[in-house]
Amino acid sequence: MVDLFLFGIFPYVAVVIAVGGSIWRYVRNQFTYSSLSSQFLEGRQLFWGSVPWHYGIIAVLVGHLIGVFFPAGVKAFNSVPVRLYILEGTALAMGLLLLVGLVILVVRRSTNPRVRMVTTPMDMVLLALLLITVVAGIGVAIFYRWGSAWFVTTATPYIWSLVKLSPDLKYVASLPVLAKIHAVAALVLIAVFPFTRLVHIVSIPFAYLWRPYQIVMWHRRQVQ
Amino acid sequence: MDVRAQLSMVFHLDKCIGCHTCSLACNNLWTSREGTEYMWWNNVETKPGTGYPTLWEDQGKYQGGWMLKGNSLTPRVGRRLGLLTNIFYNPYLPSLDDYYEPWTYQYQHLFNAPLGEDQPTAKPLSQITGRYLDIEAGPNWDDDLSGSSVYARNDVNLAELTPLERESLFRLEQMVFFYIPRICNHCLNPACLAVCPSGAIYKRGEDGIVLVSQEKCRGWRFCVSGCPYKKTYYNWKTGKAEKCILCYPRLETGQAPACFHTCVGRIRYLGVILYDAERIEATAKVPDNDLVAAQLGLILDPGDAAVVAAARRNGIGDDWIAAAQRSPVYKFVKEWGLALPLHAEFRTLPMLFYVPPLLPVIASMRDGSYDLAEAEFFGRVESARVPLKYMARLFSAGNTETIKRVIRKLLAVRVYQRAKAVGDIAEERVAAMMAEADCTAEQAEQIARLTSVPRFDDRFAIPPYHREETIEQIEQLMRHKGHVGFDFNLPLERGL
Repeated sequence: MVDLFLFGIFPYVAVVIAVGGSIWRYVRNQFTYSSLSSQFLEGRQLFWGSVPWHYGIIAVLVGHLIGVFFPAGVKAFNSVPVRLYILEGTALAMGLLLLVGLVILVVRRSTNPRVRMVTTPMDMVLLALLLITVVAGIGVAIFYRWGSAWFVTTATPYIWSLVKLSPDLKYVASLPVLAKIHAVAALVLIAVFPFTRLVHIVSIPFAYLWRPYQIVMWHRRQVQ
Repeated sequence: MDVRAQLSMVFHLDKCIGCHTCSLACNNLWTSREGTEYMWWNNVETKPGTGYPTLWEDQGKYQGGWMLKGNSLTPRVGRRLGLLTNIFYNPYLPSLDDYYEPWTYQYQHLFNAPLGEDQPTAKPLSQITGRYLDIEAGPNWDDDLSGSSVYARNDVNLAELTPLERESLFRLEQMVFFYIPRICNHCLNPACLAVCPSGAIYKRGEDGIVLVSQEKCRGWRFCVSGCPYKKTYYNWKTGKAEKCILCYPRLETGQAPACFHTCVGRIRYLGVILYDAERIEATAKVPDNDLVAAQLGLILDPGDAAVVAAARRNGIGDDWIAAAQRSPVYKFVKEWGLALPLHAEFRTLPMLFYVPPLLPVIASMRDGSYDLAEAEFFGRVESARVPLKYMARLFSAGNTETIKRVIRKLLAVRVYQRAKAVGDIAEERVAAMMAEADCTAEQAEQIARLTSVPRFDDRFAIPPYHREETIEQIEQLMRHKGHVGFDFNLPLERGL
C-alpha cells in the first residue's frame, strides 16, 4: 500500500507539481528566477563547496540518465568486469566528491554570518533533502554493489513503466530500503523544485554559446 | 554609415571639488535599499589612489574589458565556453570586502542607554549582518590622499613612472591629487553586456543607455567582473545585477540625471552625439596608441549634411539631430578636442569623457615656494606636477602626445583669459601659446564661457524623448487605465 502511494502515485504528483509550479513561477514572477549566488559575500568556502558539488552532481545525474536511456549499452559495457569496476569506481568517486562539496556548502550556510543573512528556511529544507538523497545514494553504491548493473534491470524498466502511465511496482518492490529512501527523496526534490532555488537549473544559459556579443534594443522599429 | 544617437557625458575635472554630492544624490534616489547599500553607481575617487572597489583598474586581478589578440577581440574573463565553465565559481569576482562592508550606527542606544558615568556612544553596525562592525575600510577611505602609503602608492597607473618620479609625487611639499567622479560609461562596446550569460543586459538603441533587465538576470555575476570600470554591481539580497541607469526616467521627462543636476562644481555636461555604429568593432581593435583618436573618429559631425541625412534615414528625429547640434559634449570632445575617455585601453569605447585637470596650477617652484614673480605664471606642460605619463595612462591609453595637446590647449585658454582680464601676460606669449595649441581667440572665448559661466541649458542639452509616443508601440495604454504604472506589479523580493 505504501509502495503503491510512493512509487505508483507520488511520482506523477511530483512531476505535475514540478512542471506546473515552475511554469507558474516563471510566468508570474520571473524576477525570482536567479542563481541567488552568495559568492559575493563569501568566496573561499564557496569555491571548495560549489565547484565539486556542481561538477559532481552533473556527472552523477548524467550517469543516471544514461542508465535510463541506454540500458542495453550499459549492460554491454559492464559485461567486461574491468569496465564495470572502472564505471563503479568513477561513479563512487564522483558521489563522494559531490558529498564533500555539499557538506562544505551546508557548513558554510549554517555558520557564516553573512551567508546566513541570505538563507531562507527553504534553503535549509533543500540542503537537508539533498543530503538525504546523496547519503542514501552513496550508501546504496557502497552496500549494494554493482548498482550500474542492477539499476538497468530495476530502476530503468520501472521509470519507463511510469512514462507509459502503467507503473509496474514489481521492479521496485524488492529494492532495499536504502534504495527506496534514495528514490523517494529524489521524488520529493522533484516536487519541491519550483519552490526552491533549484529553479536556476532551468536557466542554464546555453544560448550564450551562440548569441552575438552585443545586444541593442529599440523602442521603435528601425526605419529601413 | 549607420548613424545612431548616444547620450554622452563630459566631466570637467578642473572644476571638481570632490564634495560627493553627486554620489549622495544618486544613492538617495536609487541605492538606499537592502542589498544595494554598498553600491555607489556614482562615486568620486581621489587620484592617485586605488579607487572603489579597491584596485578596480587592475585587470590582472579582475579581468575586465576586452583583450585584443591578433585581430580577435574577446572578453578578458573568457571566451564563451570557457566562461561558462566558471559559472559555479567566478574566480574574478570582486567580493564585498573589495568594496567595503556597509554600516550604520546604533543610534537608538543614544536614547535607550541606561543612566551611567559615561556618555553613550552609537557603535557601528554592519548593514549586512546587523552585528557590531570594526570599520576597516570604506568607499572613500583614501579621500584626499589619506592613507596614501597604502592606497595612492599602489595606484596601478603609477607603474610606468620611474622610482624618482614616483617619489617626487609623494614628497610632502609636492603632494598632488585630483578627483575623478565615475559613473557607468554607457559604452559603445560594453563588456558587461558581452559576458552576460543570460543576455539580460542590453543597450537601448535610441539613446545608448546600457541597462540590466531585472527579469532576465539570473545572477551569474560575470558582468561584475566583465565591466573594467566595476560599474555593474551584484545585489546580494535579490541575487540580481544592478547598475547606473543614467536616470533614464528623469531623462525621459526632460530632467538631467540626479548626479548631473546636483553637481555643485557644475563640472558635468550631457548631450547627444551621433556616431557611426558600423565602425564600432573595427575601432575597438585599433592598437593602443591610436585608440583614443579612433574612438573620437567614431563621433560624427552633426552639422554635416551627409550625417544628418544618414541620421534621418535611421529614424533619428529632427529634434534629436537639433539636440546633437547644440550638444556641449560634441563641443568639448570633437570641436575643441579637450575631453578624453577614461582608460580607452579597456576597449569598451566608453561614452563618458573627461577634461583632464590642469590643477594643481602648473607652477614653477623656487626654494620650496611657488615662484609667482616669474613671467610664466602657469608654467609649462612639461613641468606639470602630475607626470604626463600618469595622465596618459588614465586618459589616452598611454599616448602622451594626445594628453599634451589637450593640456596645452587648456593652458592657452587660461593664459588668453588672464591676459584679457588681468593684462600681465605679454601679447606675444599669448599669441605663441594659442598658435601652438591650435586655438583661435573665438574658440578660446567659447571654451572659457562653457567652462566657467554656463547656464543650465548650456550644460545639459537633453533631447525630447516623446515617451508618450514610443510607449504606445509596446504597451496598450488603455489597458492600464487606473493602474499605478507600467513597472513590476509584484514586490521585488528575493526568490525562495
